[in-house]
Amino acid sequence: MHIGNYIALAHDSEQELTKALRQVADHHKDEPDIEQVCQLLATWSEKHVNELKPFVERYSEEKSDEPERLMQSLFDEPRSGGLALLRDLHDLWLMANEAELCWIVLSQAAQGLHDKELEEACARFRDDTKRQLAFLLTRIKVAAPQTLIAAD
Amino acid sequence: MEQTRDSIKDIWGERKPYEGHWPVRVDEKTEEEPDHWVQSACVLCSNGCGMDIGVKDGRIVGVRGRAVDAVNHGRLGPKGLHGWVANNSQDRLTKPLIRRNGKLEEASWDEAMDLMVQRSKDIISKKTALGIGFYTSGQLFLEEYYTLGVLGKAGLGTPHMDGNTRLCTATAAAALKVSFGSDGQPGSYTDLDTTEAILHIGHNIASQQTVLWMRILDRLAGKNPPKLVVIDPRETFTARKATVHLAPRVGTNVPVMNGLLNLIIQAGHINQDFIDAHTIGFEELKEIVSHWSPERVEALTGVPAGKLREAAQILGTAKTLVSTVLQGVYQSMQATAAAVQVNNLHLIRGLIGHPGSGIYQMNGQPTAQNTRECGADGDLPAFRNWGNKAHIEQLATLWNIDSDIIPHWSPPTHAMQIWRYAEKGSINMLWISGTNPAVSLPQLERVRSILQQENLFVVVQDAFMTETAKYADVVLPAAIWGEKTGTFTNVDRTVHISHKAVDPPGEAKPDFEIFLDYARRMDFRDKDGGPLIKWKTPEECFEAWKECTRGRPCDYTGMSYAKLSEGSGIQWPCNEQYPDGKHHLYEDGVFNTNVDYCETYGHDLVTGAAVTQEEYKAKDPKGKAFLKGVDYEPPHEEPDEEYPLWLTTGRLVYHFHTRTKTGRSRQLNEAAPDAFVQVSDEDAARYGLKTGDMVEVASRRGTVTEPVLVGDIEPGLVFIPFHYGYWDEPGRKRAANELTITEWDAVSKQPHYKYAAVRIRKI
Ligand code: SF4
Repeated sequence: MHIGNYIALAHDSEQELTKALRQVADHHKDEPDIEQVCQLLATWSEKHVNELKPFVERYSEEKSDEPERLMQSLFDEPRSGGLALLRDLHDLWLMANEAELCWIVLSQAAQGLHDKELEEACARFRDDTKRQLAFLLTRIKVAAPQTLIAAD
Repeated sequence: MEQTRDSIKDIWGERKPYEGHWPVRVDEKTEEEPDHWVQSACVLCSNGCGMDIGVKDGRIVGVRGRAVDAVNHGRLGPKGLHGWVANNSQDRLTKPLIRRNGKLEEASWDEAMDLMVQRSKDIISKKTALGIGFYTSGQLFLEEYYTLGVLGKAGLGTPHMDGNTRLCTATAAAALKVSFGSDGQPGSYTDLDTTEAILHIGHNIASQQTVLWMRILDRLAGKNPPKLVVIDPRETFTARKATVHLAPRVGTNVPVMNGLLNLIIQAGHINQDFIDAHTIGFEELKEIVSHWSPERVEALTGVPAGKLREAAQILGTAKTLVSTVLQGVYQSMQATAAAVQVNNLHLIRGLIGHPGSGIYQMNGQPTAQNTRECGADGDLPAFRNWGNKAHIEQLATLWNIDSDIIPHWSPPTHAMQIWRYAEKGSINMLWISGTNPAVSLPQLERVRSILQQENLFVVVQDAFMTETAKYADVVLPAAIWGEKTGTFTNVDRTVHISHKAVDPPGEAKPDFEIFLDYARRMDFRDKDGGPLIKWKTPEECFEAWKECTRGRPCDYTGMSYAKLSEGSGIQWPCNEQYPDGKHHLYEDGVFNTNVDYCETYGHDLVTGAAVTQEEYKAKDPKGKAFLKGVDYEPPHEEPDEEYPLWLTTGRLVYHFHTRTKTGRSRQLNEAAPDAFVQVSDEDAARYGLKTGDMVEVASRRGTVTEPVLVGDIEPGLVFIPFHYGYWDEPGRKRAANELTITEWDAVSKQPHYKYAAVRIRKI
């Protein structure tokens, strides 16, 4: 089975998303809505990381040994310059999408395994991730024209 | 000289207890006997009291309340009775000014307007109209806002239009949209004539809308007085009359409201039939508030559980209820979410759409409703939905333009973001009309530095050399109330006409004419090559506006200048079906939430994320109201060791906004001549302070020096009125907004003026 690998992937994705949200919040303090909402969204991802732990343990045995290929890193560190905010939000959105896809994949497997607990957890996590995505997309749409057309 | 009462000493005047109706009392203040009277209404708060302007030899010499008026039955408060004096001030702006070699110098209208047009065209050629922003007011007339809205949205095509209404009423609009699908106050002031109970939350009505408070005082003095629940951290005039006063800690409105809703649901004081037939979301709301027991509320907010129960008993059992909400909610943490809980209270009890029950998500400024209706702020005209292509097409047809010109690719830019774009250099022209951000925006040091940026061309259109005008590149002298004709709409949707009584001083012009002149010089055209803006007079503009509102919630089609001049206040909607206007919205329990009709598809109340049309369609409320609950989130800045006190800011009864007008009335100025910092007895003892001592108040953003006023406030909290700036040269830093925070509500984008962490030091 590979479910253990996928849980690890979800776990790592959320961990990275937490870190990236906090970095963006810190870096773009002059954009108060970005700072405050990204800090808040980071706490949601952090919660997912913690609540995933029992499942990480439950399925630790079910891990094949091809984990490294699953890992990827979209976000290095926040940027500077005219495009910075838009590009950072862009990356956060991609990362959150990866998290969402993990919940979908895991939820499918949870159904196959009749693991109700995991299924419910995935549904809850996915709701949060969708709200993260909605915020990021809203903010990206607002920033896009001004950044691409009018910014220095 | 005639003065029917001394409104400075006795703010609300003698009682005229209800006799089934609200008796007339005509208040008057004139300095000389007028040779004639001109119909108008007061523009010094959102109440919109009907008044006549007394004129002698072409000068305003006084005012009197209109006995026949729907709103005030003849009464006027201190600002209304005294504020007109500002029109006659010697220091009115009378000529355009242009900054040359760093100094503002007199110029002709042609020079000033040509310069603006040239700068506009330069910017557009480099970066489209995304480089131009507008920041207007809540004090112009409907016709001026609509002209501005069309000029910006259909002429230039910039999404960057907002007003200081963002600071005062954005949450009112947002909360109404969240619950009912569109802006528009459901109730009518006549509800106060019969209601059994009144809730004021974050609203010191006795100070802010003195005449509306007189109406309540006259109810309290009559038979069957209503019970009064007041939620306010300060012991205000309003709180002193309360049957139950809850004084929550700053930033805890949501827990208090959740606690009240929980008690009301637990006690079964709900209207299940109404909930089932006319709302969606009850189970989720019930789940969220069920976690807020009175004890938990007490622990977090400091409101004793017993008092919360008393309040819930009143709010849960009254057969009719009027609620009013203002800045204590709108300018605080979780603003929209908290305001929405008041809507929820009415919805779960079915207390909406009938006499005696109303919700007033109050406005602060007199014409803020029109800024919102006309598209001069972050909304589209007549409550249209920027996310709905059909609504954009309607506007394009109406204006005879290509719909692509109207910016609708994302929500219209809110004021705080406009200022941020200016700070970042992507907006290079900011046109400020009728407002004074250098005193009224948060964190003034930052605002001043933006206004002084080399890459920002600032136009200020005002009647006086305000703190903001001092930084302008072009100053345009504006005519004000009494010097121009137009209409405006108060909190309960009552529309008044205000006729021109006298000529403006010198070369000052109505904002209406200035906007028209700019549109003409910019040569904005419609699809067929005709002028985009076809009206030349306010009345023609009003007729065009009527067409824009046809079939929308704010339907003005049944009104005309003649009709408004015959009577004294008509409520919208006013159309063929309701030729005399309508007291209540939603009488049939059908709300404006239909997917084709609604003004917004909504937001995530916590993050502010926009809901898409598809998501909204999937839920399809089909005319049902939304019940939306939220959990508590703490304020982003809280007192700590370094800054141990909470600061809250607000208004005084004798002043309006930044005192540009009221500060020029001798009586009003003498009644409240200076800023101060109010501290509790406990804190006064701790810091060794007595009334009159000077203290330095500092936050992470700035420092002010204020005299102390001791008493009537909770320990740990200090209050500074926000009106006071620098035009009358106090010789020290004193504007409350030196200290406030640049941040805003996730949904309404209204800044948080009601909390900041500060420290004080005796000097
Ligand atoms: S209550 Fe408001 S509108 Fe009425 S007189 Fe006073 S300031 Fe003017």
